[in-house]
Amino acid sequence: MANTAADMTKTEIARQTGHPLLKRILYYKYFYLLLIPAIIYYIIFAYYPMYGSILAFKDFNYAKGILHSPWAGMKYFDKIFNDTMFLKSFANTLIISLGRIAFEFPVPILLAVLINEVARTRLKRFLQTVYTFPHFLSWIVVSGIISNILSDAGILNQVITVLGGQKVNLLTDPKIFRGLLYLTDNWKEAGWGTIIYLAAIAGISPDLYEAAEIDGAKRFQLMRHITWPAIRSVTGILLILTIGSIMNGGFDQILNMYNPIVYNVSDIIDTYIYRRTFVTGMDFSSSTAIGLFKSVINVILLYTSNFIVRKINNEGIF
Amino acid sequence: MVNAKRTKRKRIELFDIINVLFLCMLAFISIFPFYYVLIISVAKFEDVSKQLIYLFPTSIDLSAYKVVLSGDNILSAFMVSLFVTAAGAAFNMLLTIMAAYGLSKKGMPGRNALLTFVVFTMFFNAGLIPYYLTVKGIGLINSIFVMIIPLGINTFYLIIMKNFFTALPHSLEESAKIDGANDIYILYKIIIPTSAPIIATITLFYSVDRWNEWWHAMLFITDKEKFPLQMVLREILFDFSQTLGNSMGASIRASRINIYPRSIQMAIVVVTAVPILLVYPFLQKHFTKGIMLGSIKE
Repeated sequence: MANTAADMTKTEIARQTGHPLLKRILYYKYFYLLLIPAIIYYIIFAYYPMYGSILAFKDFNYAKGILHSPWAGMKYFDKIFNDTMFLKSFANTLIISLGRIAFEFPVPILLAVLINEVARTRLKRFLQTVYTFPHFLSWIVVSGIISNILSDAGILNQVITVLGGQKVNLLTDPKIFRGLLYLTDNWKEAGWGTIIYLAAIAGISPDLYEAAEIDGAKRFQLMRHITWPAIRSVTGILLILTIGSIMNGGFDQILNMYNPIVYNVSDIIDTYIYRRTFVTGMDFSSSTAIGLFKSVINVILLYTSNFIVRKINNEGIF
Repeated sequence: MVNAKRTKRKRIELFDIINVLFLCMLAFISIFPFYYVLIISVAKFEDVSKQLIYLFPTSIDLSAYKVVLSGDNILSAFMVSLFVTAAGAAFNMLLTIMAAYGLSKKGMPGRNALLTFVVFTMFFNAGLIPYYLTVKGIGLINSIFVMIIPLGINTFYLIIMKNFFTALPHSLEESAKIDGANDIYILYKIIIPTSAPIIATITLFYSVDRWNEWWHAMLFITDKEKFPLQMVLREILFDFSQTLGNSMGASIRASRINIYPRSIQMAIVVVTAVPILLVYPFLQKHFTKGIMLGSIKE
């Protein structure tokens, strides 16, 4: 975002050279005007709540509101770190997020490379159309679709019964539930994830492939030495963003798929905050402390992973 | 997105066959759940239980749809969702276009600070409780507008649109400027009409997001008459999975309404998903462009 003269058009420079700051500001007055609604929006719905995070250090009093509630120091942080339920959800969040990096992150990359190997353009387009569609459905709809297949009377159990097996309920099996989360999230999002990789692959010059083929390169060598380098930087950027959201773990999906039987393996920080605030009790201060803890770690992770990827890849996101 | 220029290989290798078979199998896995939702939504209970594996519909019974569409709550939920989608997307576009154009000029003093102000909100989140208290404090609890106003801008879409405006040729604005038009008039008369592709893309993205909105309804809407379709579906799905635990609950339900309960659930899934299916061809035409434009770095 360098604001250098090279970035500006000639007319812009011509109008500004020698102009004092005030004149430049006046020149852009309508642009500031256009930004006012957005600035108000961000202050109310993003920055004021950020300021409201100080509630984590206060004893919340409904009548007094966030600003006038009395200070409580680090009391609520001590409290949450002695809360076994919170520690459990913290561990689950890390396990599920790492599981997603292992079992979900690579899937769109592989899928994009395989789609790219399909010679027929129409088949390619058809596959992408089919794979991408579920992305646009909400997790509620997808949860309904999944339960239809996996439920007691669903087709999975019909098949198992025909084969002479015992009926299973995958949605209430703690041993399987995390795997089910990865699988269903892949079903919904992997196709959408391929788009950005396919776009990067589309930018490769066909000459590269031709030249390599003339030199006798095999299919897998082409994938490894031409296709992969082209998508490596995109992969790095997406990896930063994924690592920067490790503390999230997929709230929409889990809230719409889990049930008390599998809380033990699937209760993440966000679902725990939601339940302890709106279902079981109203301990606003500790829930705020958990939220703040989570956001701070997310930002630290984002910057750290950005730093590391930039060292390896020479390109980060900021 | 499809690399048409790439030369076709002359020989079809074993790899190609396996690859295409594998990808077609994945396509089947993608499509089959929808097919199964559809056939269950029109199935009779006897038919599903009679057949060992219910793979092909032996009856087309639309009574589940009749129940779903005649119920007041579904119809009103549909109207709520429609309103939230239309009004919400319009509000989103108004804010986003204004802000995106406002941020599109590189020479503007303070622009980098304003950009940082916007982008920072993508990385640092206040958390649920302060957000909840803020929205509550504004008085949006149990108002249908809680699904519109707090969701005014998606920062990612804003950046995509800003990048698009920045990349527009400057000559577009120049002549109008010489004629004495102000920048807001230029935005309205020149920039918006020439940016139709990106505006269509982002409008569709916002519309889908608003249609799929359930979280703000779940948090803030207490009056069930104001629930959007997604929340009604959620209640019916979850209520069912609770009654699933005891077979008695399921049989009570089945006897009260003389229809297979799962058919009703799946009929609502269909009603909720069909509007997305209808706009999907348009979405698909545009979303690659949207993603690509968004990844242009400054």
